[in-house]
Amino acid sequence: MLEKALSGSKLYWAWLIALVVVIAAGFGSYLVQYNKGLVITGMSRDVSWGFYIAQFTFLVGVAASAVMLVLPYYLHHYKTFGRITILGEFLAIASVIMCILFITVDLGKPTRILNVMLHPTPNSVLFWDMVVLNGYLIINLVAGWVTLEAERKQVAPPGWIKPIIYLSIPWAVSIHTVTAFLYAGLPGRGYWLTAIMAPRFLASAFAAGPAVLILLGYLVKKLTRFDAGKEAFETLAKIVTYAIILHIFFFLLEVFTVGYSAIPSHMTHLEYLYFGYHGYSMLVPWVWTALASGVVAIILLVNPRTRQNPAVLGVACVLVFVCTWIDKGMGMIAGGFVPNPLHEITEYAPTGLELMITFGVYATGLLILTILYKVAIGVKQEEEAL
Amino acid sequence: MGVDRRDFLKIAGISVALGVGGGVGFQLLRPGHLDAAQEGPNPRALKGQRWGMAIDMKKFTPATARAAIEACHYYHNVPLIPTKQNVKWIWLAPYANVFPETDNPQAGEYASLQYITMCNHCNNPPCVRVCPTKATFQRADGVVMMDFHRCIGCRFCMAGCPYGSRSFNFQDPRPFIKKESPNFPTRSRGVVEKCNFCAERLAVGELPYCAEASGGAMVFGDVDNAGSELRKMLRGRYSIRRKPNLGTDPQVYYLV
Repeated sequence: MLEKALSGSKLYWAWLIALVVVIAAGFGSYLVQYNKGLVITGMSRDVSWGFYIAQFTFLVGVAASAVMLVLPYYLHHYKTFGRITILGEFLAIASVIMCILFITVDLGKPTRILNVMLHPTPNSVLFWDMVVLNGYLIINLVAGWVTLEAERKQVAPPGWIKPIIYLSIPWAVSIHTVTAFLYAGLPGRGYWLTAIMAPRFLASAFAAGPAVLILLGYLVKKLTRFDAGKEAFETLAKIVTYAIILHIFFFLLEVFTVGYSAIPSHMTHLEYLYFGYHGYSMLVPWVWTALASGVVAIILLVNPRTRQNPAVLGVACVLVFVCTWIDKGMGMIAGGFVPNPLHEITEYAPTGLELMITFGVYATGLLILTILYKVAIGVKQEEEAL
Repeated sequence: MGVDRRDFLKIAGISVALGVGGGVGFQLLRPGHLDAAQEGPNPRALKGQRWGMAIDMKKFTPATARAAIEACHYYHNVPLIPTKQNVKWIWLAPYANVFPETDNPQAGEYASLQYITMCNHCNNPPCVRVCPTKATFQRADGVVMMDFHRCIGCRFCMAGCPYGSRSFNFQDPRPFIKKESPNFPTRSRGVVEKCNFCAERLAVGELPYCAEASGGAMVFGDVDNAGSELRKMLRGRYSIRRKPNLGTDPQVYYLV
């Protein structure tokens, strides 16, 4: 089926070349980091995780959100998602690969990465994250590819694929739960030490992932005339609506518990993020932008008339993306490290090279996504032409 | 020059005979002497059930702190990096930072002192719990140690430590070591490091550098041995520990 990725329009090839250029620039920047060390990043002794780990956290959510298509389609036989479930699975593959790349570029000693398997340590959540992420990648590769191939051959998918597809449902939940546990199990980090971390992660994931899928669906429709169908978009929009409301609701639960109990080690982080702390307020405009985007998105999505308008839905999905991306991609990690365990403040901002490496990883993911979508849509259209 | 097969075999044979014979002869004259690798632990090594440290704030002065920090950082080749990506094993910080959330405006002089802070060698260390490769591990005597050669530099331990005791080598530390000490290996870029309670000193029967340099203000000893000097001090004086509510059971005690 891969041969479908080898023929395409001029625009297709121009896009691939543009991505390769960004990947090359990112790889060049990574070589600088590889030779000099993480000194080229904005991270510090106090903020020891930065942009890479934040992007990883956000993308785990996008990957997990494939379950929002797989579950209705396979468990509830919701046929409307039949045309786009594969797009969800392939988005998951590209996202998980980006996650693994972001972890790799974050390591101080990347050449020792196999030590995680050479010295397996079940008491470390990072060990389990390695297990669930790689497992999820394999499950989606197999499930996506086998069902698409069956579809191309106009036969029913083999029976053995069913249990693997069912397994992908709890597995999707597991990747974001385990990722939340990376943070939620640390005794000295008040911002993360909350049982609602995993639900918060899942809610924002199920908002961000389907929002990205709607936008990708629009793009695919425009470029290839492959239409997921009005009803599919509307159902996805409802999922986004519920999830973004839950996301804001869970955030407010956190605000109440932290604010009303007023325990400093928990409260100072929220204070830093939303109001600034002792004059340090780098992230304040960002987190308010996120909150405002979320609230406006909810207003647009709750009202059926605005939600059912494709243009307005597109705007709402962009707002949902902005809201959840800032929340996880910027505030979640840096906010947990400021102030540090000694209540001292070191702020964090990524450097140019750090951003270039980040763009390089995103471009790699987009390249994989483009090729997988080209194959999937090629197969779907071939089958429809028959 | 030509060495034919016959000559080669002759030379090789003689060499092997001499080599083997030499070894045998050595074994007969000085039995066991060649088996250096099989020697037992240094008989002078200090043995403890659970090592800990008491810091006597009555004796502790800024000069004590300077001496302790200098000794530790020199002997352990801790680089002096003047940025926010710095490395430190032991340092001074105000009471409010070392003991956050225990503010007491009426506390008097002890709340205005500078406190020396380092790895607490927790009995229940979160850094060991989170390390994905066992590069950070706990010895039977309680010392929390690091294997710099196994560390992958993921920095999970830095997020896990509630005391900010760990540093990461964001760059090659060697250019930032003014005078290299031959007593301890330098590190390479990309690994985490921290205070090791001078495990290399305990192994040869010596006390940690900071304790030695502190003139009696820092006392190192066995917390589990009721007869130890440390336990005597802890019995006689009121001591506090950093963030005891987190259940990490830190083994550095501040006598106030």
